[in-house]
Amino acid sequence: MMTEQAASNRKQVALALAVAAVAIAIIKLFTPLVDLRLPEGQGLLPWADALDSFFNFIKGDIQNERFGLMHITRWISEGPLEFLLDTTANLMYGKNRWPKIGPVPWPAIVASVGVLAYWLGGWRLTFLALGTLLWTALIGQWDLAMQTLSVLVVAAPIAFFIGLLLGIASWKSSRVERVLKPILAVLQTLPFFTYLLPAVIFFKVGPTAGAVATIVYAMPPMILMTALGLKSVSSEVVDAGYMSGSSRWQMLTRVYLPSARTEILVGLNQVIMLCLAMVVLTAFIGMPGLGAKLLAMMNSFKIGRSFEIGVTIVLLAVMLDRLSKAWVMKQPEHFEKSTPWWKKHWALLTGLTLFIGFIGIAQLSADAPHYTLTEGKKQGNVLQYMWGISDEVHRTQGLSQGKSIDKAIKAFLEIDSVQATTNWIRGFLIVDVLIPFRNFLLSLPVPTIVLLVAAAGYLVGGLRSALVAGGFFVMVAVSGWWDRSVITLYTVVSAVTLAMIIGLPLAIWAARGAAPPLTLKSGVGPFLSGLAGWIFTKIPLALLAAVVAGSYHFFSGQSETMNFLAPQSVSLYLFVGVFLLLCFLVRNWRRDSVMLAIVDTAQTFPSFVYLIPAIMLFGINDVAVIFSILIFTLVPLLRYTIEGLRGVPPEMTEAADMSGASRMQKLFNVQLPLALPTIAIGFNQAIMFAFFMVIIAAFIGTQDLGQELQRTLAGTDLGKNFVLGICVALMALTFDHIIMRWADQRKAALGLN
Amino acid sequence: MTAQPVIAARNVWKLFGPDPKRYFSSLQGGESFEKIQAAGYIAGVRDVSLEVAKGEMLVVMGLSGSGKSTLVRCFSRLHEITAGTIEVEGQDIAKLDERGLIELRRRKMGMVFQSFGLLPHRTVLENVAFPLEMRGQDRHERRKRALEVIELVGLAGREEYFPRELSGGQQQRVGIARSLAIEPDIWFLDEPFSALDPLIRREMQDEFLRLQELLGKTIVFITHDFDEALRLADRIAIMKDGAVEQIDTPDRIVMDPQTEYVRKFTEEIEKSRVVMAESLMIDLAQLNGQSMAGDPVKSNRTIHELARLLINDQRPVFPVADESGQIIGGLHRQSALDVLLGEEK
Repeated sequence: MMTEQAASNRKQVALALAVAAVAIAIIKLFTPLVDLRLPEGQGLLPWADALDSFFNFIKGDIQNERFGLMHITRWISEGPLEFLLDTTANLMYGKNRWPKIGPVPWPAIVASVGVLAYWLGGWRLTFLALGTLLWTALIGQWDLAMQTLSVLVVAAPIAFFIGLLLGIASWKSSRVERVLKPILAVLQTLPFFTYLLPAVIFFKVGPTAGAVATIVYAMPPMILMTALGLKSVSSEVVDAGYMSGSSRWQMLTRVYLPSARTEILVGLNQVIMLCLAMVVLTAFIGMPGLGAKLLAMMNSFKIGRSFEIGVTIVLLAVMLDRLSKAWVMKQPEHFEKSTPWWKKHWALLTGLTLFIGFIGIAQLSADAPHYTLTEGKKQGNVLQYMWGISDEVHRTQGLSQGKSIDKAIKAFLEIDSVQATTNWIRGFLIVDVLIPFRNFLLSLPVPTIVLLVAAAGYLVGGLRSALVAGGFFVMVAVSGWWDRSVITLYTVVSAVTLAMIIGLPLAIWAARGAAPPLTLKSGVGPFLSGLAGWIFTKIPLALLAAVVAGSYHFFSGQSETMNFLAPQSVSLYLFVGVFLLLCFLVRNWRRDSVMLAIVDTAQTFPSFVYLIPAIMLFGINDVAVIFSILIFTLVPLLRYTIEGLRGVPPEMTEAADMSGASRMQKLFNVQLPLALPTIAIGFNQAIMFAFFMVIIAAFIGTQDLGQELQRTLAGTDLGKNFVLGICVALMALTFDHIIMRWADQRKAALGLN
Repeated sequence: MTAQPVIAARNVWKLFGPDPKRYFSSLQGGESFEKIQAAGYIAGVRDVSLEVAKGEMLVVMGLSGSGKSTLVRCFSRLHEITAGTIEVEGQDIAKLDERGLIELRRRKMGMVFQSFGLLPHRTVLENVAFPLEMRGQDRHERRKRALEVIELVGLAGREEYFPRELSGGQQQRVGIARSLAIEPDIWFLDEPFSALDPLIRREMQDEFLRLQELLGKTIVFITHDFDEALRLADRIAIMKDGAVEQIDTPDRIVMDPQTEYVRKFTEEIEKSRVVMAESLMIDLAQLNGQSMAGDPVKSNRTIHELARLLINDQRPVFPVADESGQIIGGLHRQSALDVLLGEEK
């Protein structure tokens, strides 16, 4: 516990530092000498060159036969890794490699995943899995998706096992833990471009490099979750294991690992999600698949197709997430004695039967003519189309509506009021907010920013934190990339600030739970807010209804002849009908649960997807960058704020009620102060997410570190790539350190935990 | 009795902290719990010496934090002790290597835990067979033995259930069955019934007494419930701040508390339910030929059980007979009534 004295001392020192910072900024107005700024691109020392020669040394030289790391990595990438990737590639999308039996017909995969989903989580999950895979196949992206997944099915297990082993090691030995911890912290904040270039150089361009980058990227949470799970095995279970006379190996394999099953599977879930996110991003180093296609489509501004690919990625992400989570939740169940074996293994049997059955059908239909849907329809027989695609579905046979969506989006954006709104937002933000803020930050002398950061550090953690925070920024300053770092910082800060302005009220409103009843008795204001709440809770239902009606619309092939919104359109009535039916089925959804459900789903989206609406609405400029970061960071902000508010112990709110507090008094005096530490964690996550997204936004065109990083990908500038990446990581780690420290102290002071 | 004790602890210390061995060597002996705590160490066990005889049930009683669980974990070497020696059947367990320790646990010891300590991913049968599996018994044999013990604790028919599908009492039966699976000579029970509802607890105590009657193990039983201790124990060791305050038979603890702390515990107890005729009895030699006519009372009856007789029968001295009916001493009516009704003020 901190004493009163120490706390006030800290405040004074922090204040002194801040005053010094401001003083330097003022002095700079008279003499620029205090602004110890290095010219852009030139560090205090030639870090990049030094790193380059270091990497060159350990890399070895294949041409001149100087042995080095490269020999090992190349052997891995051309040997076992490539072999695994080729095998899955052959099986999943028929790449011409050993074992040359692929591709497995898509209906066989769909059916077996469907059975798996039912076994794991019942009908709802089956519905999700089948829907996702059928969408993928019928929209004509099956091959793309399989290209992506064929890397994922290799990378995820490898990341899982390495993570598991390292997790066990760091749990067993505190020395390993001490070494791993800072490395993991840096790895988790390092921009993904920094993973990509070393992967390319050491492991060849293409799937192997992609797989390696993915494995490294997805591993940290697995290590942490494994160690956490093993540490939290109940001491009585451990004692019981020892008292049963287990040897060390038996303890690990029969007691610790099974007891930590939940945490380990949560780690696996994270591995899968991160793998998917990263596999999509490896498009930047030429990995084929959904990511590459999305990148190409966005480059040529085909929003419609991009949108469809985005939906596929999202659906796959949600499906993988829910499947692995269902596996976490699934508890073993006992069968009564004398249950026949086929009843115990019904899922496996059904899955196998369907798998083999569909392979058989595919064999039979292999020679059938491949009609597109329109051709099939012209012959008056949709069944023929179905028969034709039962072994492979080609892109031309897909039901993609990219062009129509393009048209629709264009039409929507050309609506005057929409255009006026986006133009106004864009103009206002750029001219009046963003540019002035950016210029202000850039004009601040380097020591001012360093001192301010150090002051914040001192305030929360004393000398040590001040040195860490200030030191990290000094390192950024001497790297020679100060201006670009400041621009990165400006983007992050602006986006997160906007996200706070939007997110906090939204979350507070949602956390209030059930909507007030819809009556006009208490006036128009409450009625309107009630109505807004009612509409809000129906958003997911409307989306679901839109999916149902939309698929009917596509499958019935009416899109060309009849408009969806036309009064005689069957699809429209279908939409209304399904929506009303759903409204009837789920009447009592609470706002907070709906919000959390939306946020949970959004959390599984690979980051790339968030660029689509940003570009759609704002074109290619800073506002689009900020907007994409903003919606990306809203996710953790909303989630933690709602959970923080919901986590306030009920006896405290009851005490406030009984003291006669009004709603606002209760909110500001009881709920928010208690939820603040949790909200701070959300804020921290938002900043980490922002640092991640700002680098991806380089794709839109920024002038920050991300842009520079993306440029290095084209060459072999490993040193520069590393320096830039470390700059991002250092800034992120500074924020992380200060905010988490503060949150921990608040929690301790409030007696939470 | 000259037979070797099953467990013999001599001057056992267990300190928790950064470097217990070094800190211990700086101690003079006899430092208070508070002083050790001020130095940054927790004294889990403080200079404990005791012996447990074969077939005896020793109940270690104390409030939470008194070190009773720590002590029993020292006996099974789940904790390494800081100083002193613990011998199990004459073998100093601190000298055992890892292999030897594992063997000891696989052959000789069983333990039951407060929160059961069941493995959540294994069925009842697999949990019970776990210790047998550890020592490498073949599948058929361990299944047979596991079914036997499951039957013994009354869980037959639930072999395929998972722990989470059972009630607390049933889960503890699994814990008991597991600890009995290897037929241990020494049985440690760490507050086995504390996590259960009062009614179930009573039922499990009865069940436990039945098992003990059947098996006759050497038992170290931990509890924080004085009534439970009185009910089950051959001898009770009362612990406070890591040290044993008094170790004695239940009626002697009740009749003759040695320290203020123990006295506080006994105050609330209805002594007549604990004290037996035998312990108030006076030897034949000391009776000096006082007349002892009429029917004798059994020596193992509690005063409470004799209450009606004591009030209705006016004899000043009752003859006391042992199991076989042999008269072994006399019971003064007045001293028995004092225990029953409290001494006259």
